[in-house]
Amino acid sequence: MRTLSVNGRPVTVFLLSAMLAPLPTFAQSVPAAVPQSEIFTREQIGHALAQPTPGVGRTAPSSANAPQDDGQWSMPSKNYAATRFSSLTEISPTTAKKLQPVLTFSLAVNKGQEAAPIVVGNTMYIVTAYPNIVYALDLTRPGAPLKWRFSPQPVPASQGVACCDVVNRGGTVSDGKFIFTTLDGQVIAIDVNTGRSVWRTQLGNINKGESITMAPLVAKGRVYVGNSGGELGVRGWLTALDEKDGKVVWRAYNAGPDADVLISSQFKPFYSGDKGTDLGVTTWPTDAWKIGGSTAWGWVNYDAELNSIYYGSGNPGPWNAEQRPGDNKWTAGMFSRDPATGQARWFYQFSPHDEHDYDGVNEQILLDMPFAGKMQKVMVHPDRNGYLYVINRSTGQVLSADPYGPVNSTKGVDLATGRPIINPEKETKVGVQVRNICPTASGAKDWNPSSFSPRTGLLYIPHENMCMDWMNVAVSYIAGTPYVGADVHMKPGPGGNRGVLTAWDPVRRRPAWEVKENFPVWSGTVVTAGDVVFYGTMDGWFKAANARTGAALWRFKVDSGIVGQPVSYRGPDGHQYVAVLSGVGGWAGAVVSGPVDRRDGAAAIGMVSAMSDLPKYSTAGGTLYVFSLPR
Amino acid sequence: MSSRFRANSVGSPIKCVGLTVLLLAGCETGVRPPAPVAQSTPVAPSTPVAPAEPVYRGVVDTALSPGAGRTLATIDPRAAKYYDNPEAVKVGKFLFGSMNCAGCHTNGGGGMAPSLMDNQWIYGGRLEQIHQTLVEGRPNGMPAWGGVLPDDELWQLAAYVRSMSLPETLAAQGSGNPSQSPAPVPRAVDEDTGWAAPAATTNDYSETLKGPDGPQ
Repeated sequence: MRTLSVNGRPVTVFLLSAMLAPLPTFAQSVPAAVPQSEIFTREQIGHALAQPTPGVGRTAPSSANAPQDDGQWSMPSKNYAATRFSSLTEISPTTAKKLQPVLTFSLAVNKGQEAAPIVVGNTMYIVTAYPNIVYALDLTRPGAPLKWRFSPQPVPASQGVACCDVVNRGGTVSDGKFIFTTLDGQVIAIDVNTGRSVWRTQLGNINKGESITMAPLVAKGRVYVGNSGGELGVRGWLTALDEKDGKVVWRAYNAGPDADVLISSQFKPFYSGDKGTDLGVTTWPTDAWKIGGSTAWGWVNYDAELNSIYYGSGNPGPWNAEQRPGDNKWTAGMFSRDPATGQARWFYQFSPHDEHDYDGVNEQILLDMPFAGKMQKVMVHPDRNGYLYVINRSTGQVLSADPYGPVNSTKGVDLATGRPIINPEKETKVGVQVRNICPTASGAKDWNPSSFSPRTGLLYIPHENMCMDWMNVAVSYIAGTPYVGADVHMKPGPGGNRGVLTAWDPVRRRPAWEVKENFPVWSGTVVTAGDVVFYGTMDGWFKAANARTGAALWRFKVDSGIVGQPVSYRGPDGHQYVAVLSGVGGWAGAVVSGPVDRRDGAAAIGMVSAMSDLPKYSTAGGTLYVFSLPR
Repeated sequence: MSSRFRANSVGSPIKCVGLTVLLLAGCETGVRPPAPVAQSTPVAPSTPVAPAEPVYRGVVDTALSPGAGRTLATIDPRAAKYYDNPEAVKVGKFLFGSMNCAGCHTNGGGGMAPSLMDNQWIYGGRLEQIHQTLVEGRPNGMPAWGGVLPDDELWQLAAYVRSMSLPETLAAQGSGNPSQSPAPVPRAVDEDTGWAAPAATTNDYSETLKGPDGPQ
């Protein structure tokens, strides 16, 4: 038994290792929160091209991108618009308190479970973290027995190139196939009836540091998949496969010569900084783009209205930005591409010459929204760098960019140039410990997706309130090993709560309400037509809140922390169900799911420092939970 | 990237070690008649040798030793000069950073790869076992460094890795990153003494029979 100090309060914990090993002379505790005075306020830095004009029309996805809800949940984002909105109404602020678990199922994998359960045709499909087992559960029978399981057996060495736990963000059912990715770089399509593979395509090479963790997007006969490995000096790409046979149709790199990036005469970026020849080469030191990251491990949207796909590119590598002077195109930005050919249409860079690991891969939600007195086709994207962007998705023009989390690394976004206004005090340097940089490397939010309700007009953003200390360290590239070059120690942001659920009004450009959480909110959210929003916490609570007020309605303690994506579907009995995977992990949860010693605050690329108390709140796990109202 | 990082640089001593391993593996998969496992001297399959009295060499990686007491020689002579060697752990620390070991293992706390400072060893924690892990790699993501670095440097890395969980190294940690002042690895920590009861336990059962007022 030892006494530690957490947030200034002495707490007593049991340390099993203390009984087995020599007593540690130094035990990591959660650092003090960054003071509020370090942060720029929303008023200080908010920028928009026009004042809000909400009277023009309601904010909603188009019916092409969000067709009428059939009660199924066939892809993690629910629909092409990625609203993660369920039209089911049985569960409401009145009834939610009666929710109860009706089904659990052990995934047999105790790593971060970031996937969304998928429900099509009364069968639920789940893909686990590595070793990426797929389970098909028959929802029509008592206890939802297994219809089949599929073990892709990814090469175990792929665990050694996964930067931030061995996660997987889910599969998609399309045309009778369950399509998903494996950590070792495969895309696999399984026949949903037989559980046998229809095709398997190897896209990544672990000896270059490539892995795949993202959920593929399937649209119009194509499967879109990008690589992970921005911490291992990979060269990022997005690849389109033919849904029928898995053959590669095109691959677009996110750095390098225009021919590789698929930039030609169609390319019409909005801002002048993105115009020029071979910027993916000339904005880097010689050949640095070949090992410069710019992966595509987040979310891909298909826009059925404009016939485009959109996806964000990852951080430039190495993290030590002094080794790669220049804007480092096309990292940490958003691409619009022609789905048939992959040719780029526009690009916008959230973080040119990123110095803080602000990947641009977070979700984008496709909406029709009133702006400057008229309805516009926009995407809403809460970026790692702390700004919520509203972007015209025809042109790539930023209409507004407002901070939704703690920000001091920049002082806003200059909408004339599209560039963030750098705060020189928070630029990172070799040998200098730059303190209290906000947001932290994992961002004001990371990959875990928001949801949007057309009933409330609000975006439900699960996110972080964390900052960090950062020192650049010289690093050499060795293929297949980390290429980071930074000593990072994370810490809580102002107020000490490390997580927030924010209901954001994209028209008025401000939060409608916020719920503070002790740990980063690393789960997705789902919002329903009953005006209930669901999310999970890393200390193992699955929660329901009133979508209009944020008031807590109900919660249930599951076996392990939640970092997965909740969904809501209509069961075979016609009733509404809510499903989520437990299993803490991911970057933020590696201190529990990973082989990490929390005496090293820099462990898990700086995350352990801020999360060293998580083992007191959650153990590793991996379980499906399904909830509904009693009958 | 310098050419030394290329895995195809042949002729280093590592290759010989790798060859040894291959030959041993061959022995155990039936290329030659059954022979005692973990035979000390690697021999070509065409040269059957049956020592009159087997001399076992190897490294104990378990507290289970069925039957009679051990006869294993437990310290590889190649490891000898890296014990009690402050220079070895210092150079090892430099290599740990420059070869990107820290990218996965951080300052010993781990992340992408296991912690090295907790004295828990999946593949054995003696210097020669750590060296072997560096040479061969391990299945769950540890790259094989044999042939990539000179053998001497792999031993120095092994010494630094072993040092991370030494009480002396842990004691030197301030409030910053651990493993910054690595203590040399005492030879004694790697000498096999077989199974012993954990230090905090007792086998004096009379103690457990005592009541509040003394023995019953």
